[in-house]
Amino acid sequence: MTEREQRSRARDTADETVHDAPRARGGDVAGKIDDLLDEIDSVLEENAEEFVKNYVQKGGE
Amino acid sequence: MATPHVLGTEVEYGITITNDPGFNPVLASAAVVNAHAEGADRITWSYDAESPGSDARGFVVTQATVDETDSGLVNAVLHNGARLYVDHAHPEYSTPECGDPLEATLHDKAGELVMHRAATHASASLKGTQRMVLHKNNSDGKGNSYGAHENYLVPRSVPFGEIVQHMTAFLVSRQIVTGSGKVGSEHGRPEVPYQLTQRADFFEEEVGLETTLKRPIINTRDEPHADPAKYRRLHVIFGDATMSEVQTFIKLGSTSLMLLAVADGALGAPTRLSHPVDAVTAVSHDVTLHRTVDLLDGSRATALDLQWRYLTLLETYVASGDVPPVYKQVLTEWRGVLEDLPKGHAAVSDRLDWAAKLSLIEAYRTRDHLDWKHPKLRLLDLQYHAIDPARGLYHRLLAAGSMRRLFTDEEVAEAAILPPPSTRAWFRGECLRRYPDAVVAANWDSLVFDIGQPSLVRVPMMEPLRGTRALVEELLTASPDAAALINNLGGHDD
Repeated sequence: MTEREQRSRARDTADETVHDAPRARGGDVAGKIDDLLDEIDSVLEENAEEFVKNYVQKGGE
Repeated sequence: MATPHVLGTEVEYGITITNDPGFNPVLASAAVVNAHAEGADRITWSYDAESPGSDARGFVVTQATVDETDSGLVNAVLHNGARLYVDHAHPEYSTPECGDPLEATLHDKAGELVMHRAATHASASLKGTQRMVLHKNNSDGKGNSYGAHENYLVPRSVPFGEIVQHMTAFLVSRQIVTGSGKVGSEHGRPEVPYQLTQRADFFEEEVGLETTLKRPIINTRDEPHADPAKYRRLHVIFGDATMSEVQTFIKLGSTSLMLLAVADGALGAPTRLSHPVDAVTAVSHDVTLHRTVDLLDGSRATALDLQWRYLTLLETYVASGDVPPVYKQVLTEWRGVLEDLPKGHAAVSDRLDWAAKLSLIEAYRTRDHLDWKHPKLRLLDLQYHAIDPARGLYHRLLAAGSMRRLFTDEEVAEAAILPPPSTRAWFRGECLRRYPDAVVAANWDSLVFDIGQPSLVRVPMMEPLRGTRALVEELLTASPDAAALINNLGGHDD
């Protein structure tokens, strides 16, 4: 399975949870948060594990 | 009251190239600086020690290794009076000298825009899927930290010992207000899921000269870049780079007010911590804000208690003196945050980076059932600080209306090209803009002109409160070229 497939599958599962849980608590706030997280999903770097692993900086100052 | 401080920030940005794990950060940083769009801005930074003494060196990397000093020569002086350069393996932006904390906050934000534009330009020459990504953060989560320093010009007459006594507990406690938040801990510190600051894990001394190892809460570097008989520059290395405009304003404003009150002897007996270094992580590692620290007088206090103590003292100080209105705005914003902090992080997530980031992470944890160890949380932490408005999560929260602002996009864009009117930065920036071919070198306290004579002419600017728009605009307007300017200056210091 490619990374992208993994990611979109994880998101499908996630969507199911979202639509039940916070909406059950009701309100526009939860809906707004869902939309925001969906939007953020679309801009997050592709492979979290890889990106974080490769993020090594030299000390500075 | 003491004269309000000239102040500014210097921020080292995290740098990476996507899909290129072997990239060279020194070369990448140099590419960012060189890509800076305004070609005319590429004026040589002058390391010439014509006026003797340590303050004439500019920001020479005194402890750099050989390969780093080479890249350290990559420099740009900008039309807004700022300096963009490579420090160690990071692109760094020093704001121009600013006249008050609001102006300094604006220029700190303008630095992000300058960096973003430069990085976008530098990205264009990369291969296919590669992209240069800059983060305004302070740690890679693996034990490497880089700085976001604040500089406050303080009268030389204020004894340094008093600054240390008063500022230590202030700086340690201000973490609850100034932190930008971090998933996990590092540098051998105890494990925590989340903490208030990026930097706390790296502080090991109370007072010292170091900035790259054994970092001290109070840094003693003393390069005023101004008349050393009159001024010292307090170089505050104990702080996080902050994305939130309101937070940056409170950070710079409250610290500036503290220093004014110290100079005026308005604080009474100092509040002193029993174990300042231990208190740094004790405060940062406790997102509930309930943990107490020991004071030398035998009592205990939370960081919030201490911040209230300082706010109250400074409210009295400001009420009793003739202070510029901007400092009242500082007190109002600071008080608002202290009042809201006990209500939980969600109550301040519109103003404080650590709280905004925590709210976002909690939302992901709830939706995706993520453990605190999940790499996605570290990615959220990192990407909160990405300065690309399209991808940075702070920027996504801003676009969603979740973060409060102090400035419009237009004001930030203007500060990226125009110098602040209130300090000598105005003279520097305007000379670069008006006489681009004649300025051959620049640093904080002088400009060097080539006006076609056998020797170059240096204009010293040892007084940061001269060279302001109010003082020199007429002179510049009356000088159609640099030769006329030098003639009109008559050989005098501005």
